[in-house]
Amino acid sequence: MIIDINFIGLIIASIMASAVPLILASCGELITERSGVLNLGVEGMMIIGAISGFALMTVTGSLIIAIFGAMLAGVLISTIFAFLTQTLITNHVATGLALTIFGIGISAMIGKNFVGIPGKEFPVLFDGFKDTIPLLGPILFGHSIVFYFAFALPFITSYFLKKTKIGLIVRAVGDSPESASNQGINVRLVRYACILYGGAMSGLAGAYLSMIYTPQWIENMTGGRGWIALALVVFSTWNPIKILIGAMIFGGLTIIQFHMQAIGVRIPVQFLTALPYIVTIIVLVVISRDSRKIRLSTPSSLGKSFYKDN
Amino acid sequence: MIKIVKRDQPSRAIFFFTPVLAIFLTLVAGGLIFFILGFKPFEALKFFFIVPIADKYGFSELLLKATPLCLIAIGLSFCFKSNNWNIGAEGQLTFGAIVSGGVALLFYEQEGFYILPIVILAGAIGGMLYASIPAILKTYFNTNEILVSLMLVYVSKLILDYLVVGPWSNPEGFNFPETRQFSDSAKLPLLFEGLRIHAGIFLALAAVVISWFVFYKTYLGFQMKVSGFSLKTAKYAGYKGKKMIILVFLISGACAGLAGVGEITGPIGQLHREISPDYGFTAIIVAFLGRLHPVGIIFASLVVAITYLGAETAQIFMQIPKYTGQVFQGMILFFLLASDYLLFFKFKFIGSKK
Repeated sequence: MIIDINFIGLIIASIMASAVPLILASCGELITERSGVLNLGVEGMMIIGAISGFALMTVTGSLIIAIFGAMLAGVLISTIFAFLTQTLITNHVATGLALTIFGIGISAMIGKNFVGIPGKEFPVLFDGFKDTIPLLGPILFGHSIVFYFAFALPFITSYFLKKTKIGLIVRAVGDSPESASNQGINVRLVRYACILYGGAMSGLAGAYLSMIYTPQWIENMTGGRGWIALALVVFSTWNPIKILIGAMIFGGLTIIQFHMQAIGVRIPVQFLTALPYIVTIIVLVVISRDSRKIRLSTPSSLGKSFYKDN
Repeated sequence: MIKIVKRDQPSRAIFFFTPVLAIFLTLVAGGLIFFILGFKPFEALKFFFIVPIADKYGFSELLLKATPLCLIAIGLSFCFKSNNWNIGAEGQLTFGAIVSGGVALLFYEQEGFYILPIVILAGAIGGMLYASIPAILKTYFNTNEILVSLMLVYVSKLILDYLVVGPWSNPEGFNFPETRQFSDSAKLPLLFEGLRIHAGIFLALAAVVISWFVFYKTYLGFQMKVSGFSLKTAKYAGYKGKKMIILVFLISGACAGLAGVGEITGPIGQLHREISPDYGFTAIIVAFLGRLHPVGIIFASLVVAITYLGAETAQIFMQIPKYTGQVFQGMILFFLLASDYLLFFKFKFIGSKK
């Protein structure tokens, strides 16, 4: 059997494309968690982003409005979470679950009128260079701007956390809100900002799904990707660069499943579909077994409410 | 001037008042959403919350939907009270249904009084087995139970899908994704002629009584309460933390599995693709709305069950999308959590002094 080298390039590119929403949502959630807030509403924010992006694209016809609108929708919905957990000091886990249930409901409600409408073509960059380099051509060129942004994001996030002053403040708030507060840092404000940022990234991840990856609106189209994104943050031990690796593994599992079906491997399709979820569990077990390592890298105040009497 | 002050102790009166407040606020917000969507708010709310339960049939449907919610929520309250976040009850329900359905199919076209108890037991065991996965991974491998239990929901639905499409599908079923009908001995008896409410409701009521007894009359209930307040205290007191984690997961898995049994051996009488409209997730809301108290959970399950019925009625009569039900469920939890603020803080009116 002769395998075209460009075909391998195309497969790698498709793995990367399916990793994009995971990278975006995970990097957003990573910042939120680094500030000490556990937002389990990623799935809900993502699906809100998906329907907002698709609806705005259909109604206004503008891709730019749609992309930024989806991010704004993610911000708005995460504001509910921020207000509840930070101002009203509610439990992070329960509030995040409510956000997901609410988000799935609202998105299906809005999306009712958008089922079956074909999407639009999203412009890709550097399409002409695709055939210039073998193997690398299809990997590097001919993708949407969101794709390139997603692959830059882990590095930007890493730089932000390690090298900038604001990044240091975020980490300080997450590791010891009391000392940060004593230093004059407004813990609540920092956490608000990190939650809203996470919302924006989840919204963008959702918009990528409904506008670029599979340009259409399907109910529940995120299909658990928000939860896998949450698992990826644990997998990465809160290190953005490792998110990239994790997202590629999961992207790979999704794509391999299509190709195995195509070449007629006799494994039930349901088993292949279940693979990413099963692998997530196995990976979580392997990563978490070393409880000391997890404890060292987890933001110390993760999921704990901070209340300052004034 | 109004000042917000932290209460020295959470107020007990407000503890039971806030669920009512949350329901009221949800109705107000729901009316607002209906108004924005272009419906008359009061008429829409009437179709949503009153019309569905106005007759005998509607009331039976209400109990039919409240039964699994109550059963699962009772189980979850064991987990939540002791600080274990089992959010995969939907998966435990599905797996319980798979195991009990499989056993029921073994008795295809056979009759006998012993069949139903075996089928019910199989469902409980199925749910327990499935819940033991996150429990064991949490206790021995330090793995986050939220993510594991949730991932298993997707897996269980795919297993069910595989079975009803593949090996268990009805050979005379024209390739519909469903199994054969269970024999009558494997079905829970219906309580009234012409209504769908079945004997599963007694399972839920039994769970309520047993859980009340365990929570308030046993040492185990006390241990759970202490661990819920402070894991450190529980450790100092020498409680066997690992055993308890596994135990509460098994209990809630068994309850969810039983709810699954009720769904398939009740009115439907076969396994098919969609056995539960997310009862397992909605029950999380029920557990909180009922304040993790067995009696509270009964009331909460009835209230939340209405959102399922209301969504169907409103869709038929007013073309209101049926997902409004989920929106209402999310809002109830939002408002409940928000009104808990009153538990810990109070508004103090003080004269302005300068």
